[in-house]
Amino acid sequence: MKTLESVLIKHPFFENLEDSYLNLMTGCAKNIKFDAGQFIYRQDEEANQFYIIRQGKVALEICPPGKTPVTVQTVNEGEILGWAWLVPPYRWRFDARATELTRAIALDGKCLRKKCEEDKNLGYELLKRLLPVIGRTMEATRLQLVDVYGKRD
Amino acid sequence: MNKPGVIDREGLNRLIQTLIGRGYQVVGPTVRDEAIVYDNVFSIEDLPAGWTDEQEGGTYRLKKRSDDALFGYTLGPHSWKRFLHPPERRLWQAQKDSLDFDIVPEQPDNTKYAFLGMRSCELHAIAIQDKVFIQSPHTDLHYQSLRQNALFVAVNCGQAGNTCFCVSMQTGPKVEAGYDLVLTEILDDSHHSFLIEAGSEAGKNILEEVKAGPAGAGEIKKAEEIVTNTAKQMGRAMETGNIKELLYENLEHPAWGEIAERCLSCANCTMVCPTCFCSTVEDVTDVAGDHAERWQKWDSCFTMDFSSIHGGAVRNSTQSRYRQWMTHKLASWQDQFDTSGCVGCGRCITWCPVGIDLTREVAVIRESTTCQEENFSGSEAQNENS
Amino acid sequence: MVPRPFKVKEIIRESHDTVTLDLQPEKPEKEPGFAPGQFNMLYTFGVGEVPISISGSSSGADSYLHTIRDVGKVTHALASLKRGQKVGLRGPFGNAWPIEQAKSRDVVIMAGGIGLAPLRPALYALLSQRDQYGNISLLYGSRTREDLLFHHEFETWKGKYGVQVKVSVDTADRDWKGNVGVVTTLIHRVSFDPSNCIAMICGPEIMMRFSAMELVQAGLEEDKIYMTMERNMKCAVGFCGHCQFGPAFICKDGPVFSYDRIKPFISTREI
Repeated sequence: MKTLESVLIKHPFFENLEDSYLNLMTGCAKNIKFDAGQFIYRQDEEANQFYIIRQGKVALEICPPGKTPVTVQTVNEGEILGWAWLVPPYRWRFDARATELTRAIALDGKCLRKKCEEDKNLGYELLKRLLPVIGRTMEATRLQLVDVYGKRD
Repeated sequence: MNKPGVIDREGLNRLIQTLIGRGYQVVGPTVRDEAIVYDNVFSIEDLPAGWTDEQEGGTYRLKKRSDDALFGYTLGPHSWKRFLHPPERRLWQAQKDSLDFDIVPEQPDNTKYAFLGMRSCELHAIAIQDKVFIQSPHTDLHYQSLRQNALFVAVNCGQAGNTCFCVSMQTGPKVEAGYDLVLTEILDDSHHSFLIEAGSEAGKNILEEVKAGPAGAGEIKKAEEIVTNTAKQMGRAMETGNIKELLYENLEHPAWGEIAERCLSCANCTMVCPTCFCSTVEDVTDVAGDHAERWQKWDSCFTMDFSSIHGGAVRNSTQSRYRQWMTHKLASWQDQFDTSGCVGCGRCITWCPVGIDLTREVAVIRESTTCQEENFSGSEAQNENS
Repeated sequence: MVPRPFKVKEIIRESHDTVTLDLQPEKPEKEPGFAPGQFNMLYTFGVGEVPISISGSSSGADSYLHTIRDVGKVTHALASLKRGQKVGLRGPFGNAWPIEQAKSRDVVIMAGGIGLAPLRPALYALLSQRDQYGNISLLYGSRTREDLLFHHEFETWKGKYGVQVKVSVDTADRDWKGNVGVVTTLIHRVSFDPSNCIAMICGPEIMMRFSAMELVQAGLEEDKIYMTMERNMKCAVGFCGHCQFGPAFICKDGPVFSYDRIKPFISTREI
C-alpha cells in the first residue's frame, strides 16, 4: 500500500491533496497493467473504475457500424481516464483500449462514490480536480469539431 | 520669396498658359454631370464660373451664384488621388512562349501634372498618401514619379461646406504647406482678383513669368479675412481627443451594429476619400492565353472580397467592414503613419447614399462611453457614502 | 513590384495535397537569403499570385523551398507545376521568428497543419546552433496521419538533436500509434522552463489562440509567445491595405507577432 500511495502522491491529479484524503483514496486503489491492444473498458459496460495512467497510452474509440474504429482521444502518462463512474447511470460511453503496454492505478468507483457521499468535502475536492479535466476534454472536442486543419470551402 | 502678388482673371489665364507652356498637363475643377470634377483645363473658360454647391449628408447639388467666382464652391466627388494613384493601372505584362513566359515591367509615368485649385485639406491628403507610397520601407515608383513631377496650385477656401470639418482635423482652411502657388479669390462689386503667393522655388519661378502686380495691404488683409471667415463656417466638427483609444476600446460597441443597419456597404466613402489608398490586383489573360497582364485597381474595405482568405472572408458583416474603415481612418492610421487618415473634407458624408456621418458616429460612441463612466463613478460614490 | 523569373528545380511530394517546390533563380542572384519566417509572392502565368512562406533552410541554399497545400486556384496551379517550369517570384518579405532572442532559452514550437512549413526554417536555424539553446520541443497537430508533413525528419530531430517531438492528430484509425487530440494537450507532455522559454506558433488562427492561452497557463509570459497571422495579401509591401490586422500590416510589420501585441485584436471577431 505504501508504494501505491507514493505513486498517487506524485501524480498531477492528486497534487496537494490532503493526507487524510490521500489515505482514503489509496484504500480504494490497486495496481493494474494492460497489454497493447487490450480493452480497459467497453462502451455500455458498468463504469466502476477510475484510472490513473502511470505509463503507456490509451485510445478512446468509437466504432461506427460497418466501419473501422475511430480514435477520438488518447490518454497518456500523467493523465486520468474516465469519469462515468461518478455520475449515474455509471456506464462507459466509449471503448478504452491500451495501444501499448499501459500501467495504471485503478480506483474503485463504487467505493469512492460511497466515500464522497459520506464526506461532501472529499466529493467537492475530487470534483474540483475532475472538472478541469472534463472541461479541457470538452474544449478539445470543440476544437476538433471545428476541423481547423481541414479544407475550408 | 513669399511676397504676395495680385493677378486678375486674365492673370489667372496667363498662369494656366504658362503652366501649359512649361509642359504641364493642367488639371482643375470643371463642371460635368452636375458636379464639380477635376479634368483637363486649358483656360479660365473651363473653370466653373458662377457655380457653387450645396452639401449635406447624402446630398450634393450645384447652384448658380450671384457672382462670377471661379472657386466659389467647396469639394466635389473627385480628389487628386485619381491622378497620382489612379483608379486602375497596368503593373506589368507577361508573354508566353512554349513552356515559359517573360515579364515586361511597366515604365513609370512621367506626366507632369499641374493641379489647379487644390484645397488645404487636399494638400494634407496628399501628404498622407506620400507617407503610404513614398515614406515607407518600399516605394511606389509610379506614384513617386508623378508626385515629384507635379506642381500644386492651391486656393484658400472662400467658404466652407456643410459637411466640412477641416478645422477639427487641423488641416485647413488656410493653405499653409506643401504648395507651389496659392491663390485667394477676392471678389466684390467692383473687382475680381486673386492674391497669389509662391510656396516653392518652382512656384516663384512661374510667378515671375505670370507677372503679378504687387499686393496692397488692403488686399492682403482682405484675403486673411476671407479664410478666417471660412474657418467659422464649418458645417461639422469632430472631437479628436483620444480618438484612437476611444475606438480601440470600443471595437464591440453596439453603435457598429446600428450603423450597419443603414450602411449599404457601397464603398462610396472609400472611393471619394482623398486618403483611402487600398487597391487590389487583377491578373487577366487574352483569349488565346498567351498574354497576361496584371492590373492594380482601387479596392475598398467595404467589399466582401477585400478580406477573403482561404476559406472565406474575414469580415463578413457590414458592421465589421464599417468598423474596419472608421477605426483605420481615425485610429490605426495613427499607429501606422503617425497621422490621422482623415482630413475633414466631408466627402464621405456628402457622398454616402444614406448620409452616414462619421463625426456623428464618433460622437455617439464617445457620449455612450462617457455615460458609462459617469454611472460607474456614481455607484462608487454611493458605496463610499454607505 | 515585378516578379523575378524562377525555375522549378525539384518537386517533393509531402502528402496527398501538399508539395514542396524548390525554386531556383533563372538569373543567378547575389544570394537568395532570407530569415526564417519570411515569405515570397509566387506567380503562375495567367492564374495569379499568392503569398507562400519559405520552408527550407535559411543558410547556404541557392534556392527557395516552398511547401504548398493545394487548396485554391493559384495553389492548385503551383502544385501542378512540372520540373523546369517557370514561376514569378517577389520577395522575400516580412519579419522573422525570434531566433536570436531565443538563445540560451528553452524553445517550444507549436505547429498546426501546413503551419509547420514556416516553422521548419526556424527549427533548422535552432538546430544549426543546437548548443546555444536549451530544451527544444516541437508540438505538431494535424488533421490525420496522412496530412503530416516532414515526418521523415522527425527521427533525426529527435535522435540527432534531442528535440522533444510530439505529434497529435484530430482523428485516427487503429494503425496510428500516436496521440489523438488537439495540439494543446501536448504542452504538458514536454519539459521546458516557462520562465526562460520562447514559444513560436503557426497554424490556423483558432489553434494559435488556444495554444497561446494554454502556454500562458503553463507560465509563459505573453511577450515570449510568437505567432504568425494570416490575412488577404496582394502587394506584400504595405500599399494595398488588404492585410491589415488592427494597427498592423501583416506584410511589413509581420507576419510574426508577439502575443501581447495582437491579443486585443485576435480575440475580436471579424477584425
